[in-house]
Amino acid sequence: MDKKLEPIVKAAQEKFGAVVEEFRGELHLVIKPEKIIEALTYLRDEQKFEMLSAMTASDYYPQSAPRFHVIYQLNSLAKNLTLQARVPVSGDQPKLPTAVGVYGMTNWRERELFDMFGINFEEHPDLRRILTPEDSEGHPLRKDFPLGYEEPQFTFNYDEVALRKMFAKE
Amino acid sequence: MTQIEQVSIEKFKHLVSERALTGETMLLNMGPQHPSTHGVLRLLLELDGETVVNCIPDIGFLHTGIEKNMEAKTYQKAEVMTDRLDYMNPLGNNLAYCMAVEKLVDLDVPVRAQALRVILTELQRISSHLVWLGTSGLDLAAMSMFMYCFREREQILDIFELVSGQRMMTTYFRPGGVWRDIPVEFEKVVRDFLKIFHKRVDEYETLLTKNPLFLDRTMTLGKLDPALALSFGVTGPPLRASGVNWDLRKARPYMGYEQYDFDVPTRTEGDVYARYLVRVQEMRESLKIVEQALNKLPLGPVRSDNRKFVPPPRSEIGVSMEALIHHFKLWTEGFSAPKASVYAAIESPRGELGVYMEGDGSPKPHRVHMRTPSFDNLGVLPHIVKGALVADLVAILSSIDIVLGDIDR
Amino acid sequence: MGIEQKLGNMGVVTTTLENTVNWARTNAMWPMLFGLACCAIEMMSAQAANYDMSRFGMEIMRASPRQSDLMIVAGRVSKKMGPVLRRLYDQMPEPKWVIAMGDCASCGGVFNNYAIYQGVDEVVPVDVFVAGCPPRPEALIHGVMTIHEKVKGETIKQYAEKYK
Repeated sequence: MDKKLEPIVKAAQEKFGAVVEEFRGELHLVIKPEKIIEALTYLRDEQKFEMLSAMTASDYYPQSAPRFHVIYQLNSLAKNLTLQARVPVSGDQPKLPTAVGVYGMTNWRERELFDMFGINFEEHPDLRRILTPEDSEGHPLRKDFPLGYEEPQFTFNYDEVALRKMFAKE
Repeated sequence: MTQIEQVSIEKFKHLVSERALTGETMLLNMGPQHPSTHGVLRLLLELDGETVVNCIPDIGFLHTGIEKNMEAKTYQKAEVMTDRLDYMNPLGNNLAYCMAVEKLVDLDVPVRAQALRVILTELQRISSHLVWLGTSGLDLAAMSMFMYCFREREQILDIFELVSGQRMMTTYFRPGGVWRDIPVEFEKVVRDFLKIFHKRVDEYETLLTKNPLFLDRTMTLGKLDPALALSFGVTGPPLRASGVNWDLRKARPYMGYEQYDFDVPTRTEGDVYARYLVRVQEMRESLKIVEQALNKLPLGPVRSDNRKFVPPPRSEIGVSMEALIHHFKLWTEGFSAPKASVYAAIESPRGELGVYMEGDGSPKPHRVHMRTPSFDNLGVLPHIVKGALVADLVAILSSIDIVLGDIDR
Repeated sequence: MGIEQKLGNMGVVTTTLENTVNWARTNAMWPMLFGLACCAIEMMSAQAANYDMSRFGMEIMRASPRQSDLMIVAGRVSKKMGPVLRRLYDQMPEPKWVIAMGDCASCGGVFNNYAIYQGVDEVVPVDVFVAGCPPRPEALIHGVMTIHEKVKGETIKQYAEKYK
């Protein structure tokens, strides 16, 4: 662990009950969903993590509590440090408070997570689908969403597949 | 096939001003097919005459499902997908992906491979900036820029073709090194390019830097405040043009960037013109890096000899039983990664390109997330175009250098 | 067509209507400026100085579908883009042709998943498929030449049947 990170981790443990994990020199703080906004605000204002590098999620289906982990990759330009906050989210009607007030970039990233994982960010100003079409169903990056596959057209199944391509000849 | 959706104002009520509801301002679609959106981006504009009141980007027209598709492929095969993310910077994407895999499985990279990676990603940075310069020149009616920039870009593509056999989607970097060693002509070809490119950058600058028409269309436009930029996660040239000196190559050196001597160009104005200057200066700095890396290109292997992750060379397979087994295992099953997650980031031409990768003990990744710079850079656009004219919107949009493949993934 | 040889001293040319129409169509075919993904960059390369597609009367890329004859689908077509692509195709005036440039537009390429159409021929009729990921500019030019050959072979009877 980086020496500069030690006081920050200690403070996070005391204030927010964060659980610390380490892998290949990267620090992960596992924080409870109800504390996350408070923790992000603290890290931004007091510990100079002024930028959120990445925000993503991971699905641990079929495990249901917690099914998702929402990941905030924090970045400090002033101290040249990086830190990861992970929030476990339950699989039954997943929801999380929005961080738009803390980091502006979460606006689009939360929309992306809503679209891809179906995680509901409460009080988000504009929670619409962002990448997939408005009328599509399901959340693609969930593990129970099929990858989707269409038979490619070869010589042996040419006619069969051509039936599907109704616009191919006009 | 679904029908094209009808846009009704009801859906965007919370995003537009009240005047749009009474019809006082006009809602206008720009894109998805528009010559100056640099791809398939739709901007819903609320206009008061020619002034932009609100701008609502609509993305996803190139959503490819790359992250989902990678979960269905082994670590080696998933790399092919990364080329097609940010198609101006395929080698940079490969590098970020390989770094994440190497970090996840704890794999070493020989010094020669590191130097080759630096040379090629820096050339890629130049070629990416050249496409940007050409196309944004085209947007601002500097047609000849397009022709000049693509002339030099072809030379860089020839170098890529020489080392890998492909012009754009090379997949030349592999976990543990590079695909194979460079051919003997490589050094000469790169040196030829270095020799002429200095003059060519000067040529571009004579055409644009002090051109009054260009200055009128770029200066003081699209001002980006550093605090806003940090809050929105803007990285790369737009951030550096706003006065924040942040470059991952300097701050967290990877692939031996610490041994090369180069500057990080920054400006404080934060406008379109400053971003132009930063990028042109970056091309010169990249040249410096390539030259230094080429001068002290170390000899030695180009792939790690950790046979659990890197396939053995062809010559060994005929004589060694063990090599044959490793080869067979790696190309049928692939290698497994531990159940853990890593985050690796590089400085791509557009900003911080990060890869979040999570393994689950199997040969396929559990989750790969590409933190693509264009996505967050575009997110700030609605905040910097307010009050600009429609014609200026084109300049501002091209100045943040978006690649739609990078945004939609 | 070799007009020069046939011209003679009379200033009069005799040829068939089909030949004249097809000659006019092939030598001023205006492609639509419509890039989707990676292949669009190679399409730009084909337009730029080194490959110079204007040698074949293809230099005017039109930004509006209403002014163009040829749609080069350069890149992967997502489920969200499909309807837009179809509308653009419908807006093009007849006669119109389509080139599916690259593997993704031809057959889905490496992306066989929920988001991508497995070939743009599920959306619009395609005349020429160009293989490659992305195809080199030469390959695109070859595709364009192929479409020229195809147009030259069309007859009035075919037009009549197609547009009746």
